[in-house]
Amino acid sequence: MEIPYTVEAHPETGLNNGKIGIWLFLTSEVMLFGALFATFIMLRIGSDGNWAAMQAEAELNIPLATLNTAVLIASSLTMVMAWASLMRGQLGRFKVFGWLTVGCGGIFLVIKYFEYTAKFEHHHYPESSTFLAIYFAMTGLHALHVIGGMAWNAYFTGPGSKLFHTNRQWLTDRVEHSGLFWHFVDLVWIFLFPVFYLL
Amino acid sequence: MAEPVHASPAHDEHHHDQSFWRKYIFSTDHKVIGVQYSVTGLAFLFFGFVLMMLMRWNLAYPGEPIPFIGSLLGENRAPGGIMLPDFYNELGAMHGTIMVFLGVVPLAVGGFGNFVMPLQLGAPDMAFPRINMISYWCLFLGGVTMFASFFLPNGAAGNGWTSYSPLADIALNGQTAWLIGMIFLITSSLLGAVNFITTAIQLRAPGMTWMRLPFFCWAQIVTAFLLLLAFPPLEAAGVLQLMDRVANTSFFIPEGLVVGGEVLERSGGGSPLLWQHLFWFLAHPEVYVLILPAMGIVAEVIANNSRKPLWGYRSMVYSLIFLGFMSFIVWAHHMFITGMGSVMSTFFQTTTMIISIPSVIILSALFISLWGGSIRYNTPMLFALGFLPMFGIGGLTGLPLGLSAADIPLHDTYYVIGHFHYVVAPGTLFALFAGVYYWFPKVTGRKMNEFLGQLHFWPSLVFMNGVFFPMMIQGLNGVSRRLADGGISYDFAGEVAGLNRMMSVSAWCLALAQIPFIINFFMSIRNGEKAGRNPWNSTTVEWLAPSPAPHGNFDQEIVVTRGPYEYSVPGSDKDYVPQAEPAST
Repeated sequence: MEIPYTVEAHPETGLNNGKIGIWLFLTSEVMLFGALFATFIMLRIGSDGNWAAMQAEAELNIPLATLNTAVLIASSLTMVMAWASLMRGQLGRFKVFGWLTVGCGGIFLVIKYFEYTAKFEHHHYPESSTFLAIYFAMTGLHALHVIGGMAWNAYFTGPGSKLFHTNRQWLTDRVEHSGLFWHFVDLVWIFLFPVFYLL
Repeated sequence: MAEPVHASPAHDEHHHDQSFWRKYIFSTDHKVIGVQYSVTGLAFLFFGFVLMMLMRWNLAYPGEPIPFIGSLLGENRAPGGIMLPDFYNELGAMHGTIMVFLGVVPLAVGGFGNFVMPLQLGAPDMAFPRINMISYWCLFLGGVTMFASFFLPNGAAGNGWTSYSPLADIALNGQTAWLIGMIFLITSSLLGAVNFITTAIQLRAPGMTWMRLPFFCWAQIVTAFLLLLAFPPLEAAGVLQLMDRVANTSFFIPEGLVVGGEVLERSGGGSPLLWQHLFWFLAHPEVYVLILPAMGIVAEVIANNSRKPLWGYRSMVYSLIFLGFMSFIVWAHHMFITGMGSVMSTFFQTTTMIISIPSVIILSALFISLWGGSIRYNTPMLFALGFLPMFGIGGLTGLPLGLSAADIPLHDTYYVIGHFHYVVAPGTLFALFAGVYYWFPKVTGRKMNEFLGQLHFWPSLVFMNGVFFPMMIQGLNGVSRRLADGGISYDFAGEVAGLNRMMSVSAWCLALAQIPFIINFFMSIRNGEKAGRNPWNSTTVEWLAPSPAPHGNFDQEIVVTRGPYEYSVPGSDKDYVPQAEPAST
């Protein structure tokens, strides 16, 4: 049995099912990270002016985080290029850009790993202060999202790309949807970076 | 779906040659998944009820050994058959959790929503059948985690279903398992909500415009939005509480917290109020998740059995949407006595008073729909009619709790327990029973027995009130909730403590009253009266499909030509005109 509008767009909404599904999922993700940002605000307000001291004590590495921001923005670019290549029917270019996107995610995680271990070496753990607690909670959850997005992209760039030969439109749509998720993950970092490192 | 009209279910089975596992266990058919959800939900409702019956023993006969099964509970829970207060706390927390997240939601949303909504929309299935399957199995894992937590060395979570911090952060019981179970349940609801909304937007049959949607579908759509937007903050809160428990962080632990006479060795700096805000940001919309599908079911049953269109369909739909929106900005009326300040209290009591308006509009419209109808008093209708005054009592007793001045003496008393149980037990549960009796023929092809149905309804109505009405009286006398001995050690409980026995006996009789339902349920699957496609002479689209409907649902093309409740149309040859019948025949 075929589910209607899996690939072709609904004549009234102009969208296929997956597009609506991914946007709904992203709204729930906004609420998830929104609640965490609200937590951040509540903790900061309730810190009796100790926040700056806690932040200074945590010694977050601003140059590394800046580099990571650049890596993620680059990965969003390659993500769009991957999708655009599929739109033009260039499977080879799609794969190059797809793996570049996954690779950028990997670089981000490696840098994040060095940041985390540097914290642990100085005995900065989540339990040390509420600043470090919310820092590890939010960047950790973000890192899980990066891993999820990498797995998603790796599947469509690798084994999932066989769909190109049978249903090109469907593959293009799916890559577009995984791209929307990837851009969202990117956007969350764009908020996390100033909130934790710069403010 | 242009299959021949005469395709029989057996013929269809032949078409999709699926293994037993694909067909009944890991099925992607929304109807099978709906039945899986419903059966899981009913089983957990029963389990949650059993927990409550154990608690009611200790409330009525504190310090006395539980008869028959007391010795089976184990020495660490009930030495010599006498329930320990810690075990009572576990039962209380898990009763709430199981009834809300594993009983009512799976049955009302996962079960009825999954089974009925695509059929009513005229859709062949859900938009994402595989995600639908994953959603059920996430719920299943969550249920297993919750159930198994009773067998942990320190028992299940016992910090109330609200899991308030800092107690829940430092308690030695199964709170960690509770949090992990909740993450499964939240994932399940999230996937389900995405699926429901996408299905409603994309897969409506031609001609099924928004204002031709049955009210039940509207209720499911608004519910799905609540689940989609309200659950993630609880997921965030759950992750933070999990970190407080396993990584020794202090999100919800204030500085200098003294536990057992010693200052807790934590960094501090967190806020216990933060947990309450995040929790109630979910849990207030969750109240509407419990009640809106019930209203949807009642609307369907009442329109069908009063043989009249719903009165004020449009205003009901708009009320529903307004209700869904408002439910996001009333949460702190659960927190009037936390000292969050009178400005906050004023805001939240104002929004709380406003949210009562759409609820009253819907309930009034359902009452007025009965006016002048030729009512059929069958079992689904009895339960739907029982819902109206019971939900009315539940809703009206909530008004004093929504006003901060009146809430201060009533907070955390049995009055609160009485209030919300009137909403969800004789309210939502009656509606769910109405739904089970009403859609049973569509699931199995057979009707449930009418006599056993009446034998189920009347005692249930009496004993439900026997359980919950005395709670109001106790609460007004100031008896606190969550006391393992029912407050017997307090003076003010003295004159109303005797009511505990009446409530407990009512609860056990209520259990006996469910026996006809259980017999009826299993007996009717094989031996019930055979039902055709449309045993209730109903107008909505699900009754055009064969009973039971095959994979893919319909054996004819569905083109909707009119509104959902065209009953007793003047000049028509029968007293109902199906939604999808050609206009000129």
